[in-house]
This record gives sequence, C-alpha cells and structure tokens, in this order.
Amino acid sequence: MQFGIFTVSDITQDPTTGRTPTEAERIKAVLAIAQKAEEVGLDVFALGEHHNPPFFSSSPTTTLAHIAARTSTLQLSTATTLITTNDPVKIAEDYAMLQHLADGRVDLMMGRGNTGPVYPWFGKDIRNGIELAVENYALLRRLWTEDTVDWQGKFRTPLQGFTSTPRPLDGVPPFVWHGSIRSPQIAEQAAYYGDGFFHNHIFWPPEHTQRMVEFYRRRYEHYGHGSADQAIVGLGGQVFMRRNSQDAVREFRPYFDNAPVYGHGPSLEEFSSQTPLTVGSPQQVIERTLGFRDYVGDYQRQLFLIDHAGLPLKTVLEQLDLLGEEVVPVLRREFAALKPAHVPDAPTHASRVAAAGGPKDATVHAGADSVTGRAPTQAREEIEVR
Amino acid sequence: MSTRTIAVVSAGLSTPSSTRLLADRLTAAAVAALADRGITATVEVIELREHARDLADDLLTGFANKPLQAAVDTVVGADAVIAVTPIFSASYSGLFKTFFDVLDKDAVVGTPVLMGATAGTARHSLALEHALRPLFAYLRATVVPTAVFAAAEDWAGAGEAGRALADRVARAAGELADLVAGRPPAAPVDPFADPTTSFEDLLRGS
Repeated sequence: MQFGIFTVSDITQDPTTGRTPTEAERIKAVLAIAQKAEEVGLDVFALGEHHNPPFFSSSPTTTLAHIAARTSTLQLSTATTLITTNDPVKIAEDYAMLQHLADGRVDLMMGRGNTGPVYPWFGKDIRNGIELAVENYALLRRLWTEDTVDWQGKFRTPLQGFTSTPRPLDGVPPFVWHGSIRSPQIAEQAAYYGDGFFHNHIFWPPEHTQRMVEFYRRRYEHYGHGSADQAIVGLGGQVFMRRNSQDAVREFRPYFDNAPVYGHGPSLEEFSSQTPLTVGSPQQVIERTLGFRDYVGDYQRQLFLIDHAGLPLKTVLEQLDLLGEEVVPVLRREFAALKPAHVPDAPTHASRVAAAGGPKDATVHAGADSVTGRAPTQAREEIEVR
Repeated sequence: MSTRTIAVVSAGLSTPSSTRLLADRLTAAAVAALADRGITATVEVIELREHARDLADDLLTGFANKPLQAAVDTVVGADAVIAVTPIFSASYSGLFKTFFDVLDKDAVVGTPVLMGATAGTARHSLALEHALRPLFAYLRATVVPTAVFAAAEDWAGAGEAGRALADRVARAAGELADLVAGRPPAAPVDPFADPTTSFEDLLRGS
C-alpha cells in the first residue's frame, strides 16, 4: 500500500500570527514538504491545480518536475488535474514529458475542479462538466496509446494526423486515477477503463465515500477488469497530530475554526465525528486510518492533507516526522497483514511496464526538416496544393 | 387502502408557533381528504427550528449532518409536502429558504406541494404568490392552486374570518389529496444503481 500527502497549494493567513506567506515562501515551502515526504519514507506526493488566488499551483508539471529532480523514490501525482478545462493535448504532452524527466515516477488524478469561473476563463461551460471529463479523457488516452491520431469531438478543434510528443516513457502511459466526491458517472468512468478511483474523503461523511467506492468496485467487476476487491482505490484524509492528543486539539483548533472551506461552521469535535478528520495522537490516527478499510475494503493508496489552512512550514515538517516515524510504519505493517494475496498493489511504472511485456522505445521518428519541423511529405503536399 | 407519506415542513421560530398551528390544520385536513379517497397518510413533521445550526453548517461544509440528512430524506421520499413559513420582510423566512437551498435541485420534482404562510396582518398574504410559488416552480414541484395564508386575525375563530380560513384549508387539502391520489406512490431513486445508459453512450455524447 502506498502512503503519501496531497496539497491544494493554498496561501492562507496563519490565524495564530496574522501572517500570510508570500507566493515565493509558500512555493518553496511546498518543495521542502515534498522532499521531506521522501526523507521520512512516504511514497507519494500529489499536487493540486488551481487557476485563482489563494492558490499558487497553476502549473503542476513545472513544480513536479523540479521535485522529481530532487527526489529519487517519491511517486509524483496530482490532486487533481483538471480534465474539464485543460486541453487534453496539452495534458498528454506535459505529463508524458514529466514521465521522462521523473523516470516514470508519475501518475495523475483527474478531477473536474470546483471553482465555477475556471470554466468560463478557459472557454468552457460548467454545465458540460461530466461530458467534458468523458470526451477529453477519451482523447487523452488515444493520444498516449496511438502514435497518430485523427479525432473529432464536441469540445475541441479536430485533429488530423496528430502525434503527441514525447511518446510515453517505455511505451507505457502514466496510471490514471479519477477523483470525485459525489458523481457516480466519474466512478463509472474509472471502472470502465479499469483505472483507479480516488475519493477526497475529507469534506464529506464516510458514508458518501463508502457508497462511491462500492459502486466503483461493482462496476469495475462488471467491465471485466477483475473482481470488485481487485479494483484500485485511493483515499484522502486529514490529520493533525501531537504526541499528546489534547495538545493536538488545542494547537489545531484556530486553524480549523478559520479554515477557508469549513471554518466558522461546525466545531472541530463535530466535524471530527462527521468526517474522517482526525486530530489527536499518532495512535489515534493509526486506529482511525485502519478503520477506513472497514468501509472501503483493502485499498491501495492513502494520502493525507497536512499543510493547508495557514499551518506554518515548521509545523507541517513536524507532522511529516510523526507520519514517517510513528504512523506509516505501523499502517504499512497492519494493512499488509490484512490484505489478501489476490488484491493488487497500486500500479507503478515498473509494474505497468512489466504487464506490457517489458519496456519498448515509443519514439516516433519523422523524416522532418530539422529547421521547420515539417516532414518532406508534408512539404510536398503543400506544394501540390499551391 | 393504500398508504402515502406527507412531509410537513414548518419554519416557525417560537414554540408553539402560529406557523406550526397552520401546518397542523393543513395536515389534519389533508389526512382527512386522503382518507375520503381511500388513502391512509403517514405524517412526518420537520420543525426547521431544530435544524437551524445544521442548516448553517451545511451551507459552509456542503454536506448535511445526520439529523439534517434524515429531514432531507423525509422530504425527498415523501408523496406530498406541506410547507409553511412565517413571512419576514415581505418573503419566506431565511430558515425556510435555506432548507430548500440545501436540497438537490431535483429533490421535489413533480411532488405535490401545499403552501402555507403566516404573518401579523393580511397585507403580507401575496408573499405566497410572489415568493413561495416561484420557489416551488423553480424546483418543479406541483403546487396546488390554493395557497393558505393566516394572519393573526384569522385565529379569532368565530365569524367570517375564521370560517374563511377553515374553508381555504379544506379546499387546499382537497386539491392536494386529488393530486396525491392520482399519482403512484413515490419510488426512491438510488443514484448508485447500475446506470441505465451505458458508458459507451456517454462516450458517443448521447
């Protein structure tokens, strides 16, 4: 099982000091957090994508490429990649490039985004959210698996004879997760392709997560990818720890009370009982997290949100120490002991390459003019047209 | 005899409230009118006052906590809704509107609805027509033609005013009972049932 962290890249005022970090500070802090995640033995770092303040992460592949260069084992992912408003051609290109730079340590999580104006800013209509996710992802898959694509759809300029470069590393595209809090259509999409399904598992009660995951597993089996308990499931989660649980509650409360998403609503205690939020000792986090398996079954990836709502870098790094030293080793051991042998691990580049029969060079060599990039055949056709 | 469920949503703030009083009279009349048509009605009352904090939390967190979810499920699963609000500042109360704000937009599509409102004087009576009726039109509920307004003076009981209220209550209840009797019982919709359209259809954009 993989353990990691995910960040939404928010730049939020620390309510205990009144200080808001600069973009430069917060960007450097996230880089430090990612590196620390590898140092303490976590497996995954996932980064969100947003196109408005208070978030900085509009360009996740740039950030992830930098992190790739400074780490050696950390799996890099997204939380989430906007499959609705991004051009699928650009996603295909950017993430294949990242895959090469990171030696395959890349997967993606597709999401529709939750900021209404992003759709019009990128020339889209939020009412088409599901249709955009379906059409764009179908094109993205073709761009990664077919060297030359002729394509026509509802939402994008048609493509004729298009080759997305670079081709996926070793001829194997990155593994894809689909994230959705409440849309069964997205769980259906994940099941249809045999991709992973990720539930945010932060903002809503566990009953919602359970129903979405159950549905995804049932449909995964329906589409013939394996038995329901072999479907690839990931969960989010939100924790704050101190050795003494009262210290954790006291320290986290002002961040909770003023948090951008749920602040000024339910109390910390209410929200902790209604959602998977766990504020307490490492042992409490271990017990709560092991309990997730009771309602989603054996799953493949657990990501924690630990750096939002204005928490200072020093505190976040302390959280990573606790995760790495006290929490994750126990979770790794306990979950592994419970998992039946026929339940797979989360796919990695290595496992996917092996499943594809080994690495193959997927480079598309065109006899192109090195100056203009045009192939001789293309140039000839243009002359004939004239 | 067949059975149906009536969800009663009352947004009165005091206990007891005249809003609840009107809701109870509408409910009793609707139960009687349904009995006349051979239908046994089960009544579930939702006092929104008890969910005031739950509703504020839902606005901020985006999900209903357990007590509020139970109330929402009651309305979504009901065969008819009787919705009664006090009139504040020329419209439904904020509490009343918040409850309908947190419902899914398709939660009461086609559901027969009887609207009622209370206020100090009859000068507020048209709020039912210019505020509540458009709200339920947006939600695509089937609202009965007679909406029932009760001003303080209507509770005097004796005389023309009292009779007029009783007459309106009986007429509205009869209209609601006709709608309910003419429809099959509400069937719960499970969003996690196997899809009726295939993913291939979705891919083809149909």
